[in-house]
Amino acid sequence: MVAATKFQSSYHYGFIDEATKKEIRRKTLKAVCIPGYQVPYSSPEMPISRGWGTGGLHLTLTLIGKSDVLKIIDQGSDASVNACHLRRFVQMMADCAVTFDTAQATIIQSRHRVPEEILTNRQILVLQVPQPEVLRGVERFEARTRQMHGEADYSKIWVSLYEAYVRFGATMRGSGYPIKVNRRYITTPSPIPRWDTPNLSMAHCLYLFGAGREKRIQAIPPHTPVEPLEFEDVKFRVEEFAGIRCSVSGESRAFMDEIFNGEGHRRHVINDSNFLDKLTSGERPPQRVFVNS
Amino acid sequence: MNHQEDQNWLLRVRGLTKIFGQPCDSSIAQTGPEHATNICPETGAVVAIADIGFDLYPGEVLGIVGESGSGKSTLVQLLHFDQEASGGRVLFQEVDQGRTNILALSNQRKRFIKNHLMGMVYQNPRDGLNFNFTAGGNIAEKLLMAGTFHVGKIRGRAGYLLTQTEVPVLRMDETPASFSGGMQQRVQISKAVANNPPLVFFDEVTSGLDVSVQAKVLDLIRKLQQESGISMIVVSHDLGVIRMLTDRTIVLKHGRMVEHGLTDQILQDPQHAYTQLLVSSLL
Repeated sequence: MVAATKFQSSYHYGFIDEATKKEIRRKTLKAVCIPGYQVPYSSPEMPISRGWGTGGLHLTLTLIGKSDVLKIIDQGSDASVNACHLRRFVQMMADCAVTFDTAQATIIQSRHRVPEEILTNRQILVLQVPQPEVLRGVERFEARTRQMHGEADYSKIWVSLYEAYVRFGATMRGSGYPIKVNRRYITTPSPIPRWDTPNLSMAHCLYLFGAGREKRIQAIPPHTPVEPLEFEDVKFRVEEFAGIRCSVSGESRAFMDEIFNGEGHRRHVINDSNFLDKLTSGERPPQRVFVNS
Repeated sequence: MNHQEDQNWLLRVRGLTKIFGQPCDSSIAQTGPEHATNICPETGAVVAIADIGFDLYPGEVLGIVGESGSGKSTLVQLLHFDQEASGGRVLFQEVDQGRTNILALSNQRKRFIKNHLMGMVYQNPRDGLNFNFTAGGNIAEKLLMAGTFHVGKIRGRAGYLLTQTEVPVLRMDETPASFSGGMQQRVQISKAVANNPPLVFFDEVTSGLDVSVQAKVLDLIRKLQQESGISMIVVSHDLGVIRMLTDRTIVLKHGRMVEHGLTDQILQDPQHAYTQLLVSSLL
């Protein structure tokens, strides 16, 4: 008798069926071919609601194999609730190894941060994106924003930067600062802080951006020039942590969290938990730090 | 007109046509002033303008007059790429030395021409200005589109233009929504001429303004024209505006050119019956 193996597992490998995986892979390839362009894709249903990291999960689950080592971080932390649940889900579905160590991972799924440690050409960073449309703030109609991208008509986003400077004397965008990818498309690199934006340019790794609710995939391939929008006389600046040191490691060159205790005292801690762990254990992982001009 | 002068044009328009709706073969033949309609009797298509041809010379101000519905606004909107023409050719000396029909270019090229080489002042400031941006931001938009990415230079230019147009520079960082109609119109003019384009269109700029503000706006346009030698196409139903601003005039009726010539000549000695009616009904 032939044993029925088909239904022995309650889920398909990687949760998504093969036809849909193929579709998402094709859209991912298209995104890699047109850096910074938002490729529409199917965004199939997942066990979590759209917009809660499904775009990242779609990309991770279509990329992953049993030999991959997965790391999932949420706002810099491997241990947050979201990160833990997503990690356990992907591990169950893909039967892969998981790690906290940035250097060991082959696929890193992240929300709101790019790791401080320099990523290599064996690694792919998958970012969960809530709103991939950089022009949404200045143009509410999707048909119009698509035409604006097609014709490289970016005057409105420039005016919004000009206005922010004129009204407030500085940019008001703490995260998702607009970038120009490969000298063509202006896009938003998901809500990563300005601190991480320079690390997108000419990197060794592949950056993939999945917006599940908005059903869009974007990519920044390795060695692609990425420029934050800046004026000739008003330059792009990353967050300054002048005179601030991490209360755990004593380090000053990293993106910091500001933590208040009950009495109103504040302290700073490095946001990237694996980077902090390595610093406290005496390692010094390679890092690219942008210096404001 | 000798051959030498004939090659000196800045903008050459030939056979420009715009039809809304489904035209038939005889739509154009069955409409126009001699039929007293611009609606095709067979299909109901509206022939907004048909077979318009003229040359605009550098530094010249050309007037377009006609009653409402005669196709004046459609004509400048076609030239400014706000609408797509149904037929005809437009050559622009600044683009490929006038060898290419600019109506047939890609949207990206059209946008470049519009941003770098043209300016447009609409009848309603809400069409030409973005009321979510400040007055300075609106002028900045035009400069940014034309490739100036220097905040200091943008603010310098915007301040200069607002001074020229007598808008208080102190109000540069307010939105135009808080301005009076005349001020909004002057901000719109500042925006249109911000990057010194060789060609600017004015579509009924003084309608809806009171007489003293009208005079100020007209003075301003004349001053800008004399100082920078911009070529202009001025659309108006008001013969007073046409008389004050323009060198040559085209008279439109039911989408056709019924008369064209020097403005003085047309106003003193109108040839076409419709132009005679227009001039005689001048208050």
